[in-house]
Amino acid sequence: MDIQADDYSIQYDANAATVYFRGFLRLDGIEKYQPVMDVLLNAIICSTQVTVDLRDLEFLNSSGISMLSMFVVKVRDRGDTSLTLVGSDKILWQTKSLKNLQRLMPSLILKFDSP
Amino acid sequence: MNQTMPIQVYGDFLDAIPPCEEYLTLNFSPNSAPRKRRWSNYGLSADFLGDYFAAFFPGDAALDSPINQRDTVKAAVSYIANELLENAVKYNEDSAGLPISIALHLYASQIIFRVANYTEEKLADKYQQFIRELLGADLDVYYMQQLEKTASCGESSCMGILTMMNDYAARFGWKFEASAQSPGTIRVEVLVYLDV
Repeated sequence: MDIQADDYSIQYDANAATVYFRGFLRLDGIEKYQPVMDVLLNAIICSTQVTVDLRDLEFLNSSGISMLSMFVVKVRDRGDTSLTLVGSDKILWQTKSLKNLQRLMPSLILKFDSP
Repeated sequence: MNQTMPIQVYGDFLDAIPPCEEYLTLNFSPNSAPRKRRWSNYGLSADFLGDYFAAFFPGDAALDSPINQRDTVKAAVSYIANELLENAVKYNEDSAGLPISIALHLYASQIIFRVANYTEEKLADKYQQFIRELLGADLDVYYMQQLEKTASCGESSCMGILTMMNDYAARFGWKFEASAQSPGTIRVEVLVYLDV
């Protein structure tokens, strides 16, 4: 289920109920993000307390931000799953854009750590 | 063919941007290489532009942010250049056989991006509709509406432009004009102002 590409990786750790994003992610349109979305959706099937760790994700294009917003809305609409996003306060796009996802789902926990 | 289409200008568009000492222009030749291969080249170019312009800024620790000015410029330029190139490529009319160009101009406290590509009339009309809607709306409210719409329907809803404006406080200007070189296509020029 994990994804390993030249520029990025997406890895699900079932024990920690955490999906780790790493690298530079700029796929060509939101449709191309479906395999990434599938990893995220699998995580919420497996657990009702899921963490998405973005601290090593240096770049995400707007299609990727749209994909994350789709995931957040799916979690919100399920109503029985808690979601934590962990970002890095040293990565600019995360400090700029992640807070908007919290506005889609006010119960979303957003934590900023240094990597 | 629409030779008589008037020039349409929106937002903060300037035909002649102020002279500056540091600038860089990249022209991407029109070609038939697979889009997948070109796509990664545009990403690399955006990163290069970020690195190039970041080198003009100090790398000392910033007082009010864990990210210093050099890294901030690098990341913001790379994000914006990537989004502008992605849009130019997505909506480009390849059969026009004309290049996509991106130029960055550096000023004391601002970077101006200028991107030009050629598109078909229908797409240019749709783009202008979006711009009119955007300019008539409250940005914060419109952004959240579009994000919710994108999240619910899986459509892109121009989130690239909205993230640049809302998250990076970038200002935009647009110009649409019928191409003299390629009748039936519209030349789209976008200016983006980023305070640094």
